[in-house]
Amino acid sequence: MSNQTEPVYIDSPFCPMPIRDRGTVILGHGSGGKLSHDLIAARFLPSFDNPVLRAGDDAGVVQISCTQLAISTDSHVVWPLFFPGGDIGKLAVCGTVNDVAMMGAQPLYLTVGFILEEGLEIGLLERIVESMQAAAAEAGVQIVAGDTKVVERGKADGIYINTAGVGVMLPATVIGGAQAQPGDVVLLSGTLGDHGIAVLGARGDLGFETDIQSDVAPLNQMVAAMLDASDNVHVLRDPTRGGLGTTLNEIARQSNVGIVIHEQKLPIRPGVRAACEMLGFDPLYIANEGKLVALVAAQDADKVLAAMRQSPYGMDAVAIGEVVGEANGRVLLKTSFGSTRIVDMLMGEMLPRIC
Amino acid sequence: MKYMDEFRDAELVKKTVAEIRRVVKRPWTIMEICGGQTHAIMHFGIDQLLPPEIELVHGPGCPVCVTPLEQIDKALEIAGRPDVIFTSFGDMLRVPGSNKDLFSIRAAGGDVRVVYSPLDAVKIAQKNPDKQVVFFAIGFETTAPANAMSVVQAQMLGVPNFSILVSHVRVPPAMHAILGSPRNRVQGFLAAGHVNAIMGYWEYPPIAAQYQTPIVVTGFEPLDILQGILLTVRQLEEGRCEVENGYGRAVTFDGNKPAQVVINRVFMECDRKWRGIGVIPQSGWCLRPEFADFNAETRFDVATIQPEESPLCIAGLILQGLKKPNECSAFGKECSPEHPLGATMVSGEGACAAYYRYRRDLVLETGD
Repeated sequence: MSNQTEPVYIDSPFCPMPIRDRGTVILGHGSGGKLSHDLIAARFLPSFDNPVLRAGDDAGVVQISCTQLAISTDSHVVWPLFFPGGDIGKLAVCGTVNDVAMMGAQPLYLTVGFILEEGLEIGLLERIVESMQAAAAEAGVQIVAGDTKVVERGKADGIYINTAGVGVMLPATVIGGAQAQPGDVVLLSGTLGDHGIAVLGARGDLGFETDIQSDVAPLNQMVAAMLDASDNVHVLRDPTRGGLGTTLNEIARQSNVGIVIHEQKLPIRPGVRAACEMLGFDPLYIANEGKLVALVAAQDADKVLAAMRQSPYGMDAVAIGEVVGEANGRVLLKTSFGSTRIVDMLMGEMLPRIC
Repeated sequence: MKYMDEFRDAELVKKTVAEIRRVVKRPWTIMEICGGQTHAIMHFGIDQLLPPEIELVHGPGCPVCVTPLEQIDKALEIAGRPDVIFTSFGDMLRVPGSNKDLFSIRAAGGDVRVVYSPLDAVKIAQKNPDKQVVFFAIGFETTAPANAMSVVQAQMLGVPNFSILVSHVRVPPAMHAILGSPRNRVQGFLAAGHVNAIMGYWEYPPIAAQYQTPIVVTGFEPLDILQGILLTVRQLEEGRCEVENGYGRAVTFDGNKPAQVVINRVFMECDRKWRGIGVIPQSGWCLRPEFADFNAETRFDVATIQPEESPLCIAGLILQGLKKPNECSAFGKECSPEHPLGATMVSGEGACAAYYRYRRDLVLETGD
């Protein structure tokens, strides 16, 4: 089961609840941060427990006769349905394609489940479906099964989409959150926070306008090129909800290593920085939908970086840090002034500061 | 970004740090008043850059942290009513009251909404004439003008279903309380630049003179903070105790006069309880009698709510700069952002949350 699902709630200012011992589900449980992890660990894992799920990666890897498959699913509840650079349909395809690709697998087939709200305009649905088909064609996957349900007006927000995907692992590929090794270089495929800020701006309720476009994109072809370039890619992950900060924490914990990143190397667009400064957000925790982090053996880092930069979705790829054998389970950030701070998981939800 | 990048310039930061190291001769304890500054100090690791002679202690300038428990319980009581839309700045939603927070009120069906401006709350009231719309008016002098303006606007536009729950606090009385305490350790102040942008700093010379303590108006970027520290240390080493403006691009001596006018039109000084500290005379603002109709406390009859604090939490000592967060026995154990015992662990500007988030068990380093 993936815990890297949809970005809809992370950028909402209406969420957090950092207190854990509650009898009800709260929005913070969908943040992709610590509360989500707690929910999975305390409520889902004990019941569903098996070695595949326990690996805690973006997709589950199973073996059927001689073939290893990566399987993932992802539900999409983003609002607004259309935002600069994308829409819920494109997101639903790319989200699952990317989760499968992050295991080093080649995504092949998707299923789609629609939950439609009574009153949704058919024209809108058509645009979403066309967008899904375009994204699927670009990613080279086919949608081979589906389901449709309609609920009464007021019981959903226009449309929710679930997708599930399956991909074939290349022989002898071992990629996962637990594979990071001291000395690995941390590569990031491009700028941080574009999706979260684009969606937040599109909501229009925060009183700012931005020309930032969502980065939503299928990353499987870039991943294939990276794996062609090197056999020493140890970890791949797309920093969606919870952002880069949360993703690196997951990896540091799964691999029991420390990760050090360098502030001045983090690529962040001026518009994203400006919005974050204004709203009191940290770009490290803003959702991305078309970015990946790769932890790669140092000797192959340049080769992999070059492969990433060949992709239209990796042109701004950079090395941002390294894996160390100390501070296990922690992510540290070196500021441009030479000081150090902890980068934690996203706690509840990010809230705007008040003064 | 203009007005940001130049104040985060690594070379200028290093130069300023070198100048501080050159100037400082003796140990000094300096308090940054504002929680935003505490957060920036931890975020950028500024304390790691300073020479060992300088100790930064963290002040009470986190509006969420000092909002007293009873005001939060009053908010919870009001927000839980079926005819109410309760509006608040986001940070306030996760501060626990005696037994719940605004999020649990919302999960139980209450209509609790985050707004960025109290004027948005007035708009919500206009759109929902059959509901009572209440805004939680907390904060220091920085939020007061807009909060006051919301009441003026509601009166002008005739929005009878709008009211505010006031918990405003003022910086100068808190400085008096800290410097006047027999346990005081603070030898110099970095004043909160955003507060001074509104209020100016005409209130400060008598404080600097009375307690022989330098006060430097300080901004929030790394270079601003270091500049504030440098000016303060220079004064201390030279035996001066003046009020200086280290944040000239935003602050003038007189401040923003129209903002002060609207504050004084709507609010008057009153005694105010600070969470963890207690009542500080004349340290708050409350509504003037002519705006009493907009007072949510009387409209909803919650004025008598008086709860008790957790005895474990030492937020009061932290807010006065007498203890640091990591000196609390509950820090990181019974008390964490996921299970906060006090507001200093909840708010983004709270000193405990800043320590937990950025330091915790980190071995401090002073360079690469």
